[in-house]
Amino acid sequence: MTDFLQVLVVGIGNGAVYAMLGLGLVVIYRSTGLLNFAQGEMSMFSTFLVWTLWSVLGVPIVLAVLGGMVGGFLIGALLHKVAVAPLGDPHLRPLSVVIVTIGLFLALNSAAQLIWGTVDKPFDPWLNAGQVTIGGVAIAWQKISAVVVLAVMVLLFWLLFQKTKLGLAMRAVASNSESAGLCGVPVARMLMVGWGLAAAVGTVAGVFTAPGAALGSNLMQLTLIFGFAAITLGGFDSLAGAVVGGFVVGVLSSVVPQYVSGFEKMPLAPAFILILAILLFRPEGLFGKKQVQRV
Amino acid sequence: MTLLEVDGLRAGYGLVEVLFGIHLEVDVGELVVVLGANGSGKTTTLRAISGMIPASGEVRLDGRNVLGRRPDQLLAAGIAHVPQGRGTIASLSVEDNLRVGAWARKDQEVQADLGMWLDAFPRLGKRRDQLAGSMSGGEQQMLAIARAFMSRPRLLLLDEPSLGLAPLVTREVFNRLRDVTAGSDTAVLLVEQNANLALEFAARAYVLEAGLIVVSGAAGDLQGDEAIQKAYLGL
Repeated sequence: MTDFLQVLVVGIGNGAVYAMLGLGLVVIYRSTGLLNFAQGEMSMFSTFLVWTLWSVLGVPIVLAVLGGMVGGFLIGALLHKVAVAPLGDPHLRPLSVVIVTIGLFLALNSAAQLIWGTVDKPFDPWLNAGQVTIGGVAIAWQKISAVVVLAVMVLLFWLLFQKTKLGLAMRAVASNSESAGLCGVPVARMLMVGWGLAAAVGTVAGVFTAPGAALGSNLMQLTLIFGFAAITLGGFDSLAGAVVGGFVVGVLSSVVPQYVSGFEKMPLAPAFILILAILLFRPEGLFGKKQVQRV
Repeated sequence: MTLLEVDGLRAGYGLVEVLFGIHLEVDVGELVVVLGANGSGKTTTLRAISGMIPASGEVRLDGRNVLGRRPDQLLAAGIAHVPQGRGTIASLSVEDNLRVGAWARKDQEVQADLGMWLDAFPRLGKRRDQLAGSMSGGEQQMLAIARAFMSRPRLLLLDEPSLGLAPLVTREVFNRLRDVTAGSDTAVLLVEQNANLALEFAARAYVLEAGLIVVSGAAGDLQGDEAIQKAYLGL
């Protein structure tokens, strides 16, 4: 029983990180209707910014993370401005935008290797943070803080989207960008903010991923697959779905390889099976809206 | 006093030209209708004026050319556009739709205006928290008009409000429109296929045919002219 709880705790901690990345994916999906394949590399890049601030310049970790988020926001917004916005309405040219996000994936990965080299950096701000033991189950502070930080991020997103004028405009653009433009909302700027926010959230996901993986340019590639699985389960356009999906995927990916024979050496398999099953039987996900198109 | 002057406006989609240099004017507080058959260029006219599609010629607001600006910039200058098919934001509530309408405003009276428009359109007042997409066509049309007024426009471009509405509902929409514009400075440039109804409410009318203005005059004169009615309005 204790063993199972231990595996569960690890899964929940990982799930919080998948949920964070999922939030970034959902924010961009809601505004453009497309998956951003560069989400993971955006996270990786800004995690290197955090590493540089913390490890090279000696900035305290909390400030370094905040700095990385600001840097990530600016990079995300800039990428949208120079690479995505020039394509025009993403609903008219979905494939072009998808290809551009794949291009950004490669570009950011190569840029990180150019700047920070190809040797992985040790990056463990939680090295001496330790753990608490409850009923024989060890819970690392890193996992606990991931869950807490996720909760804070969800709250902030909720406040932003439901309670502020900026959030109202972003929801309007997501639902009907043409009408939002006619109402005086600067559509391109709202999309830019969305990309910035996605990158900023991704920074935190990256910082929580790095200690288990060491920091290299491929840091987020597995996490991105889990993030895709999370939002496929939760629904591409649902923030709540990203969170629930993140935890489910985290727990499944931790429990299944441990207890189901045949999966020991395939930790990614449960996530892929989940993506396939959801797309086959409930393509809108658990919390997503069914797409209805009027002719 | 002239509010809007459109001069030699040409526009189209890609290689297909739709407007071949049209001229029209709207005075402050005036309700003007552009009539015409399907495909004559009515919607394109409004889309060109509000900056949704590229166009050439001149669109002067208070004598200053504003052609080439984006829709959100034109809204700030005072031109609100209710597009064909109403353009309500389906997944937002009635109240949120109205708030988006006031997005560009910086003053402190948005809340007061919100209450005023919910009163002016009682059907919307009752559905304040309902999602726009779940309302009937007539209610959505009223929401679209109220939302446009939330920007405190000087000119409202209104594209075929009767589309898809039952005759009685259409009349209610027009009555409301007349009530809320009566005595205000807001001018309305209306595009409509229902010529009889529109002429009843408008002060002046233009008739568009194949991308050119072929007739213009006081609404009453057009209503009384059988030749024009037969030739252009299919009545």
